[in-house]
Amino acid sequence: MIAQLTKSERQLALIILLALTICGLAMAIAGRQDPLGVHGAIVMLAGIAGIFGVIYVYYEPEPDEARLALYYDDPTKVAIILAMIWAVLGMFIGDWVAWQLVFPNLTFDASWSSFGRIRPAHTSAVIFGFGGNALIGTSLYVLQRTSRARLPDQISPWFVLLGYNLFCVLAATGYLMGVTQSKEYAEPEWYADLLLVIVWVVYFIIYLRTLARRKEPHIYVANWYYMAFILVVAILHTVNNLAMPVSFGHAKSYSAFSGVQDAMTQWWYGHNAVAFFLTAGFLGMMYYYLPVRAGRPIYSYRMSIISFWGITFMYMWAGSHHLHYTALPQWVQTLGMTFSVMLLVPSWASAGNALLTLNGAWYKVRDDATLRFMMVAAVFYGLTTFEGSFMAIRSVNSLSHYTDWTVGHVHAGALGWVAMITFGSIYASVPWLWKRERMYSPALVEWHFWLAVAGLFTYVFAMWNSGIIQGLMWRTYNDSGTLSYSFIETVVAMKPYYVARAIGGLLFLAGAVVGSYNIWMTIRTAGQPVDARAADLPVTQPAGVPALQPGE
Amino acid sequence: MGFLGLHYRLERKTMSLAIGIIIAASIGGLIEIVPLFTIHQTVEDAPDMRVYTPLEIAGRNIYIREGCYACHSQMIRTLRDEVERYGPYSLAVESKYDHPMLWGSKRTGPDIARLGGKYSDEWHVKHLINPRDVVPESVMPPYAYLTRAKVRVDDLGLHLAALRKVGVPYTDEMIANASNDAYGQTSPDTPFAEGVTKRYGEATNVRAFDGQPGEPTEMDALVAYLQILGKLTDAAHKAKTAAAGE
Repeated sequence: MIAQLTKSERQLALIILLALTICGLAMAIAGRQDPLGVHGAIVMLAGIAGIFGVIYVYYEPEPDEARLALYYDDPTKVAIILAMIWAVLGMFIGDWVAWQLVFPNLTFDASWSSFGRIRPAHTSAVIFGFGGNALIGTSLYVLQRTSRARLPDQISPWFVLLGYNLFCVLAATGYLMGVTQSKEYAEPEWYADLLLVIVWVVYFIIYLRTLARRKEPHIYVANWYYMAFILVVAILHTVNNLAMPVSFGHAKSYSAFSGVQDAMTQWWYGHNAVAFFLTAGFLGMMYYYLPVRAGRPIYSYRMSIISFWGITFMYMWAGSHHLHYTALPQWVQTLGMTFSVMLLVPSWASAGNALLTLNGAWYKVRDDATLRFMMVAAVFYGLTTFEGSFMAIRSVNSLSHYTDWTVGHVHAGALGWVAMITFGSIYASVPWLWKRERMYSPALVEWHFWLAVAGLFTYVFAMWNSGIIQGLMWRTYNDSGTLSYSFIETVVAMKPYYVARAIGGLLFLAGAVVGSYNIWMTIRTAGQPVDARAADLPVTQPAGVPALQPGE
Repeated sequence: MGFLGLHYRLERKTMSLAIGIIIAASIGGLIEIVPLFTIHQTVEDAPDMRVYTPLEIAGRNIYIREGCYACHSQMIRTLRDEVERYGPYSLAVESKYDHPMLWGSKRTGPDIARLGGKYSDEWHVKHLINPRDVVPESVMPPYAYLTRAKVRVDDLGLHLAALRKVGVPYTDEMIANASNDAYGQTSPDTPFAEGVTKRYGEATNVRAFDGQPGEPTEMDALVAYLQILGKLTDAAHKAKTAAAGE
């Protein structure tokens, strides 16, 4: 794959990797008394490994000009493989932490393996490792197809993909060493945050440059969502991570905000990480892969527009519903609740748009597990957004907050919507990308589907039960007007549900393992490559024929 | 031209679309967050509020490092059962010096906003070494290694200086003596102990939190932090008395 780079791109890659190695060395020296030093060593090793990789192919012949007539899909291929690796790793850690709540000594007497350290490793590995790689991979794929243009160069997509994965590695290894800002879903420390800012700017530039080269007059709806995902995550990430490092030799930093302002900023970030990372990005995925796989056009252009601007505008108000009945001023709580309830309209517009697109193709949903993944995703998107609006109501939130109901809600979204649409999209793209007629084993796709559905339902029902039961127990009074249950009694009552949840997680993980095997075998299987998408080419410009102008 | 016609044109221009997204997404945050910095009533006044000692900061950082906030909230809501279970509801001012705040979002274990002084140091040490020795049904992980690890005190001045940059009123004297004060807070019979009470108040806990005088361990620091939770100011208790008196 590196051999696909031109000579000048190989040189640029070496310069970037050398700069990375020097940064790593500087971090390792400055932070030699601190976990920062370990991260410096990791960065340095990543840089050196990259340099060796490039030098290895440096004198190979340059790729021929014919490549420019093709889409550039190598980064997408690697992103999909990385996404599946992170999925299995992240879900494995997730199931491990789930079992820790049943058997608390599953830490094996080590510091790195306790619940508080590996729980963020689980959330980051699945959200950023699995979800982020899937978003980067699919966005580059969709961007090229819907613009009918090749990516502008071959270095920037690799910079984004590999730089992003370095961020994920720093995040996950950091938590195990105890490096964390403690801001949920924004735990990585200042230097990792800076890396992500640079990666993100390049990511957006790829978008702008490719769209500038597009041969389609209109920007397709999937790209609106991918752009909202990139832009708004940049805003959220930058503001919420403003912090003062102890020194350049310390991993530790102190947040620029404190107390109530910090809480509001954090949940403005936290809720919109859900909105723009886990919703907008994956809606972009859905708006491309679902209609293509179903062979049907999107049901309603108008609903797409309403939904897009509704989500972009209203979600940013909703974060304060995480802080009902707290020391946050009530007017902010009320605004958050109001917008959360209104959000149901744009959310269901998208869910409805997806399901109505399937009209006329329901027989395919029955026969094709890949499309069924996407259909279940749309259903769970609708269910979870309804549940979210419901839980944002103050009086409902007084019961649900701090309980497993929230955990169940998050997983209905993460497993039911995000993972399902991702698996569907990956199963659709893998044969297209590796020029196979179909997946290695359609039967294994069915297995994955049913394992995932079984795991999802087991998990979510367990958490609904435990959350509502615990919330009710906390507020139960006896006849003499005192609280009926001590806290520990409510913990004991959770045990059967914690077992059920861990089993549900295990089923979902098993599905991901089956899927990874199937994807790997599809890539590996020998045989005549079948180019199922012979017409899958960007617009080229034969000599003498003027290029298509926008508006033609 | 209707809305759809406008959009038909907008979605053909990359930069207009990008700017539209940024504007639409910025409004909510601006309206909800900026006033929290400008409206004075957002955070109550508490003249008796003290800052964390260097040892308590070190303990707080261990609390963060271990991810304790994933299971313990530090935010008692304005609900009857919470006030009866945990104590007066939390005020904004109580986390005024918390960079970042640790309000939490999940109670796998109980809220600990008012944990300070509720149990003895011995209880905390035993509980942290193996929670099931004191609460048989507990699902909390064991943290025995905290008793063996010495807490890093040489750089605490840098920590206090960084906190001052983001708004915590540490004095030059506090910053200069940070390492000594961390040592002094666990060594009541040494000359260093005096400086701690001089700088942070007579009510500051000065004792060997883990039962072993001498160089502070991570257990010392964490227990010192847990014993100060809810004790930096009396504002919440005063608010409760005032409300009852009306």
